[in-house]
Amino acid sequence: MLGRRFSRRVISATNLGKRFGAKRIFDRLELRLGRGDFLLVTGPNGSGKTTLLRVLAGLDAPSRGELSLPDRATIGYLGHEPLVYRELTPLENLRLFASLYAIGEREQRIGVLLERFDLWRVRDERVSTFSRGMRQRLGLCRVVLHDPKLLILDEPFNALDEAGATLLDATLGEFAASSAIVVATHDPERVEALATTRMALR
Amino acid sequence: MSRIPLAGLVGATAALFALAISLIFFYAPNDPNQGLSQRIFYFHVPIALTAYTCFGWGAWKALLHLWRRPEGADLESYVAIHQGVIFGSLTLLTGSIWARISWGVWWVWGDDELVLFLVLFLFYCAYFMLRYSVEDGPARANMCAVYALFGVVLIPISFFAIRLSRSIIHPEVFKLSGPQMAGSQFLTFCVALVAMLFLFATLYQTELAGKRLDLKLRELRELLA
Amino acid sequence: MRYASAVVALARKDLLLELRAKETVPAMLLFVLAALTVFHFAVPTGTSQTAALGLLWVAIIFTALLGLTRAFVPEREQGLLDALLLAPCDRSAIWLAKAFSVFAFLVIAELLALPAFSLFFAGVGWATVAAALLADIGISAVGTLVGAMAVAGRARELLLPLLFLPLAIPIVVGGVGASSGTHGHYLAFLVLYDAVFCLLSWAAFEYVVSET
Repeated sequence: MLGRRFSRRVISATNLGKRFGAKRIFDRLELRLGRGDFLLVTGPNGSGKTTLLRVLAGLDAPSRGELSLPDRATIGYLGHEPLVYRELTPLENLRLFASLYAIGEREQRIGVLLERFDLWRVRDERVSTFSRGMRQRLGLCRVVLHDPKLLILDEPFNALDEAGATLLDATLGEFAASSAIVVATHDPERVEALATTRMALR
Repeated sequence: MSRIPLAGLVGATAALFALAISLIFFYAPNDPNQGLSQRIFYFHVPIALTAYTCFGWGAWKALLHLWRRPEGADLESYVAIHQGVIFGSLTLLTGSIWARISWGVWWVWGDDELVLFLVLFLFYCAYFMLRYSVEDGPARANMCAVYALFGVVLIPISFFAIRLSRSIIHPEVFKLSGPQMAGSQFLTFCVALVAMLFLFATLYQTELAGKRLDLKLRELRELLA
Repeated sequence: MRYASAVVALARKDLLLELRAKETVPAMLLFVLAALTVFHFAVPTGTSQTAALGLLWVAIIFTALLGLTRAFVPEREQGLLDALLLAPCDRSAIWLAKAFSVFAFLVIAELLALPAFSLFFAGVGWATVAAALLADIGISAVGTLVGAMAVAGRARELLLPLLFLPLAIPIVVGGVGASSGTHGHYLAFLVLYDAVFCLLSWAAFEYVVSET
């Protein structure tokens, strides 16, 4: 058995269940993902996709079962909200998160990301002036800033326009080999090709 | 505490209360100044000490919850604090009655312990506001546990503060217990204290059992649905 | 010193947000002035100096409540607390940074309150200023922790004062005592309060904000 450093396993869950009070959201889920795996989670609205992704990101505790997550510094999560401060600029936002994730050579990394997601020209404008698509793109910058090995995206294509969606496709392709990816969407055709596993929630 | 059978507790509590009441009204010596009404002391102080015990027990369970996370610790902490608020209200009530008897007014700020109880009463009532305003779940359990621990730290700090405040607000000093208690008084007091503690244990067990049953019912309903 | 740089980054974020929004601090300044004015009308002539000093501390506590209610607003309204919780830094860093910014806002409010009080009522000595600073530390520490609890609940604006006020009572005692007469004991008490509750809040914040 190879040592931990060479382990492909990124996240695993056994008998995972979550309930809010008396309401059961999901139960008896099994999951094992390693680098290069791509889990596609589908299901209608209200089937618990968001809850599942939050549990996988470590934000909510599971009600039962075992969950083994990697270090928080290696997890990237994008929820329904892009989770960026509206009254700050993209540069200020990314600098904050770069500090929190202790990223080296941050100015360079931030610059590269803003360029790639076509936000460099608005880097000094407040996020409150952005369109929804631009905010989502900044959210994506935040998510990949620290080069996560577990990428969790909840309906990421929702707010994006075609250009943004293309950028996201490219990013997913980039991370597909080196990271474990979990994407929840009710429009699976887009990422069907990349998916290595599927989970349908009811 | 949960392993003691409830029937036994109820029996013991009833017996202790019978003993305590007979001691209080027939055995303990008559107070030369206040007469019969001084006997409320034998209720007031044991109730107060029991309330402290409740809060302490609740804080202990809270600490366990945060530290080791055993399954029922949050519920046990909640029930203990609930009992603490009940005993606390009784403390304020009996304290007020005693104040009326002793000094002719329904409230005195000079009584340190009573003022402390008022502060604690406010604090732990807010505990319930917190509990009912957050969704049931691990987050609520954590928050309530932290709050319960804050309460237990607040007890000595508030007491200190109230002591200090006396010199700027009220110079008079009121003592709950008089000079050294005579042997018979002390015995009566101890029996009353033990009776109150047993009452707490009984009520605690009862309420805990009820809440656990409630939880099981809900889980069963969930499974059937 | 990843912890320190995380705290600095978060504190800078809070201060920057307030600088841009300019909501909380002006409201606190206006409130404290309005409160002192109301007190002028509420206090009959011939009231002792101690009573008037008590009102100063009431004003400080309630101005602090105003500031604390606003403390977690961006995190609450935009769900940003999740973003902060995802980060690998220790959760207590969030508390420290937030408490620091609350402290800063309180100090600014007192820069107006204390002179105004001197003008309206009675002079303010160095002991009062020292007590105010020590009280601010305690208020920020406890208020930030309790504010995070309130934010998770339903009736946030109602819950915060209820959770905060009992804990603030010792601060008021320390403050009023230090302002009037023998300050030594009261200042020492405030230091004790600050030490105990800062430590407790710092250690417990993790449990208040995260489920896991």
